[in-house]
Formats: sequence, structure tokens, C-alpha cells
Amino acid sequence: MIQREKLSIEKSVPGRRGVRVLPASRPAADWLPERALRQHPPRLPEMSEFDVVRHYTRLSRLNFSLDTHFYPLGSCTMKYNPRANEAIAALDGFTAAHPSAPTRALQGTLEMAWRLEQMLCELTGLAAFTLQPAAGAQGELTGILLASAWHRSRRDHRRTEILVADSSHGTNPASATMGGFAVNTVASGADGRVNLAAIRAALGPQTALVMLTVPNTLGLFETTICEIAQAVHEAGALLYLDGANYNALMGLVRPADIGADILHFNVHKSFSTPHGGGGPGAGPVGVAAHLVPFLPLPRVIEKNGRYILKSSARKSIGRMRTCLGNVAVLLRGYAYLRSHDAVALRGIAEDAILNANYVRVKLSDLYPAAIDEPCMHECVLQTNPEQMRGVKTLDVAKRLLDYGFHAPTIYFPLIVPEALMIEPTETESRETLDAFVAAMRAIHAEAMTDPEQVQTAPHHLPVRRLDELAAARNPTVAWGATIP
Amino acid sequence: MFEESQCRFAASHEWVFVAGDVATVGISDYAQKEISDIVFVELPAVGATVAQGKACAVIESVKAAADFMAPVSGEIIAINEALADTPELVNQSPQGEGWFVKIRMTDSTELDGLMDFAAYQHTLS
Repeated sequence: MIQREKLSIEKSVPGRRGVRVLPASRPAADWLPERALRQHPPRLPEMSEFDVVRHYTRLSRLNFSLDTHFYPLGSCTMKYNPRANEAIAALDGFTAAHPSAPTRALQGTLEMAWRLEQMLCELTGLAAFTLQPAAGAQGELTGILLASAWHRSRRDHRRTEILVADSSHGTNPASATMGGFAVNTVASGADGRVNLAAIRAALGPQTALVMLTVPNTLGLFETTICEIAQAVHEAGALLYLDGANYNALMGLVRPADIGADILHFNVHKSFSTPHGGGGPGAGPVGVAAHLVPFLPLPRVIEKNGRYILKSSARKSIGRMRTCLGNVAVLLRGYAYLRSHDAVALRGIAEDAILNANYVRVKLSDLYPAAIDEPCMHECVLQTNPEQMRGVKTLDVAKRLLDYGFHAPTIYFPLIVPEALMIEPTETESRETLDAFVAAMRAIHAEAMTDPEQVQTAPHHLPVRRLDELAAARNPTVAWGATIP
Repeated sequence: MFEESQCRFAASHEWVFVAGDVATVGISDYAQKEISDIVFVELPAVGATVAQGKACAVIESVKAAADFMAPVSGEIIAINEALADTPELVNQSPQGEGWFVKIRMTDSTELDGLMDFAAYQHTLS
């Protein structure tokens, strides 16, 4: 049984030290002005080095992580992160480079960025990419600012609205609002796809941009995407593809061929770099030729085998992030792409689709699929509390933790009641998928015989069911703060 | 209490209680159960203009955030200040103390497009 680990500050013993620091030859009070001197010592835990090592090692063992558990988090593409990419990203030549060094001292980093851009262009059929955005949501904002600048350059100032699907990631309407646009949500049809007629009806001279995710958040390919793109362009608007689900398209579909004007990738999803827990991502944004002049600066340019930074362009929307973006994440994505040829890239999408359908077929008799047809890289199943003696999706998710699986995404997309959104990714073996299926089926059986066992889960973790409601209504975010 | 039998309902689960040209609005008991424990309600400002079917408030629960659609058009003349500190009133009393806003209606014919309680109940079954 894993015990709850006390906080380091709770373990603190006055006077205990990890490292003995020699007394200063000149006490600070002798040469620092009074106002710069601390009145009280900082409130830090006092521990021995050994205690600190044990503390963090134990904490690391409490984690549910990709390295320890199957992690079928829908729309997040938690695939294996090859260790070779870590080794490459840790090379001194990259990590020790100063971002403000002259370009002649940064040729390796710049060449990597330039080559990565070429690869992303080839995968998508788009004309150019900016690597700056720090992750998907910033990529969306970048794309929206690009669309805004394009319409303004054409002196078309009526375009104040962005269309999003009701199945979209919440970041789509949030980014649209942040970009200064009104959001118009388009309803999905009974087949779980964006309704072409509804899109046509919503389009008008006020529409700046249409943001869609393909495949959508139900894991379904938008079968009318080409007709949608045509309607969008006829209305004078632009089409933005959210690349969060690109894992299902890799090597199979070039987004430019289905009419995308703007697209962002999530390097940390599709191209295997560690993420989760708010770690850094990278959200390169690609554009069709007519939008290239508006891309953020600086841009890496190749000239006679040398790589330089182009820092001025009249129409550019300006800088989105310092330097080249999250270079260490981009490097891992670059290494990942370099280690796959065209056939292998296509295999990623094919295996991701196969794995999702395997789980869907093995579970949909107990957890019905929201849309009962073959899916792409993820499937959306449902818990039916009426048939499972009151057991809800949240209970199933909590009980899965007892079985040693990270819970899938739950209650998303919002249009599916009691949703369980499962994305196994291509890197899981059939044995792992079978074990997950067996756990889900066992939980269903438990619900039928002893629903309370599921409703009060988890039972075997350091903490039991947390009071999420109290945490949301009365958050206590600092240790030692007074609880109201 | 704004008795359900005295209210009209929108397909998006808002109720309307009409007295003269003032509509008191909130979310249905079904809606509060679906959205689960509410932790925050963001209401419009008094004086704001709202349009039928357009979002005018945001409801956040432990499960999700959802838009509250104005069931009728008009001007906001009062908001339920109590929801700022006690959003759980919406869960406890959706047809009573958990009301959202009062709207001075500009077009009472909009009410014809809403359902009575029996028709609304029928859509839920």
C-alpha cells in the first residue's frame, strides 16, 4: 500500500541542513544596505539531503505517468516518447546555445528549425510554418491574428465573427474571443459531424474564419470537409484546422488538399514529446501561400547553405514568442520525424485508428459508442447510469485508477452525455489494450453487483475520492493558509 | 418560487416566469442535475441588452462550463446577486432562490416560441 507523502514543509526540522555553507567572509550586514537585508529567514523546509532524495523519489512513485501506466487520454495523444529524442534534445550544442548569439554561432539550431519547417510543409501541403507558438492554444491565437491581418489587408472590415463547431475544443471559442471576434457555434448533426447546411446558413460577409477539428472530437472524419471548405472560401472567409487530432491523418491526408488555409500542429501530441502537467509544448502554425507575408517574425531563411534570421516584413503580425519558440520541444519533434520514413508515418495513423477501433468494438456492448460506426484515432463511449445501477462516468474513471490505468478524458465532448473519450495511440500493444478492456468490463460487472464499490473509488491509492466541489468553491492554494 | 406550471421553457433548458413585461429567468431542474454541482455563475450587468437564444451568462460546474441563453430579448433590470457567493442556490432551488436575472421584455410574442411545462417535460423523456 502506497502511503500519502507528507509535504516537505511538514517534515521540516529546525536547524537540519542538507549542505553546510561556510560562513561568509564578510557578513552581508556589513556591506548591504539595511533595506536589502531580510528581517526574517525564508520559510523553507529544513531537511537533510537524504530526506530530500527520498521525498522526491517517493513522490515520483505516486505519479500516474506514461512511463508507468497506460494513459488513454482522449484528444491528448499520450504516445510513447522515444528516448533517442531526449538524448538529441540534451546535446550541448543545442542546450548551451544562447538565443541571442550571432546566427553564425547558431547554424545547427537554425538548420534544424528550417528543416523542420520544410518537413511540416511536406506533411501538410501548406506553404510555410512559424515555429514560435508555445502550444496549441497559442497556435490558435496566432492563426486568428493571421486571419484578422489578412482581412484587414484587403480592407474588409466587416469580418467580426468566427464559426466553431459545438464539438470543438474549448480553446477554439476562447482563442476567437481573445482575438477580438464574436463566436458563433454551429450545431453538429445526428451523425456527429458538422452540419454542412448549418455551416452554409451561418456563413456570411461577417465571417472571418471557420475553425474545425479533423477528425473531430468524436473521433470522426468530417466527411463533407471539402464541401465545407468550398463554402467557406466562397463566403470570403478562411478555414482553420485544429491539428490536435492530426495523429489520425499522418501520412494519409494533406490538410492543404482538403482546403485548410491555416493549421496548427501540437508537436507534443502528434510528434511524441513529453507533455501533461502543464509542461512545455510547441504549436507550429502553417499557412497557405496567400498568408505567408503575415507570419510572425523572425523567420529562418536558407541562403547558399547558410541559415539567417529574417527580421522584417511589412505585413507580419509581429512576434508571438521570444526566440524561435520552445526549441527543445521542436528538436524532439524533429528527431521523431527524421526517424520515420513516409511509410512509417502512414503506419502511425493506421495503427492509431486500428487501436481505437479495437477498444471501441471490445467495449461498445457495455459502454455504447456515442456514434456507432468506425472511428478514427479515438472513440467516444458512454456510461449509462440507468443500466449500471446509478454508476456514472466519473465513478468508472475513478475506479480505473484502482486497476492501474490513467482515466480517459471524461465529459468531453460536451455534446455527449456521460462521455468517455478513449485514445489508445499507436504505441500501445494488443496486450495492454486487452488489459484495459478487461478492467473496463470488470468495472461494469462490479457496478451490476456492488455499485457502491465503484461509486466510492478509488480504494487503493494514497488519497481516496477527493471533494472536487469543495476544492472548486473554496480553493486553498497555499500551505498553511486559513481554510474558510 | 416560480412554479414550473406557471413558467415557459426553452429547448436549451431555461425557464421564464412572466409578470407584466418583466421576465424572471433561470435554468430548469433537469439542467441543474445535468450540469451537476455549480461552482460559479457569471451574470450580465444590469442595463445590458440581451437577445433571445444568445448567450448572456456562463455557468461553471465541476464537470464543465456552459452558456446560459437568454430565453427572451430585452434589457437586464436585475440580477441575482446571491449567486456570486452561493452559486449552489441554483442546484438547491433552480425554480426559486436560484433564479438568474430579470429581463424587461421588448417582444412578448417571443414567448409563443417557448414550451409550457408539459411540452418541455415531454422533450426530456
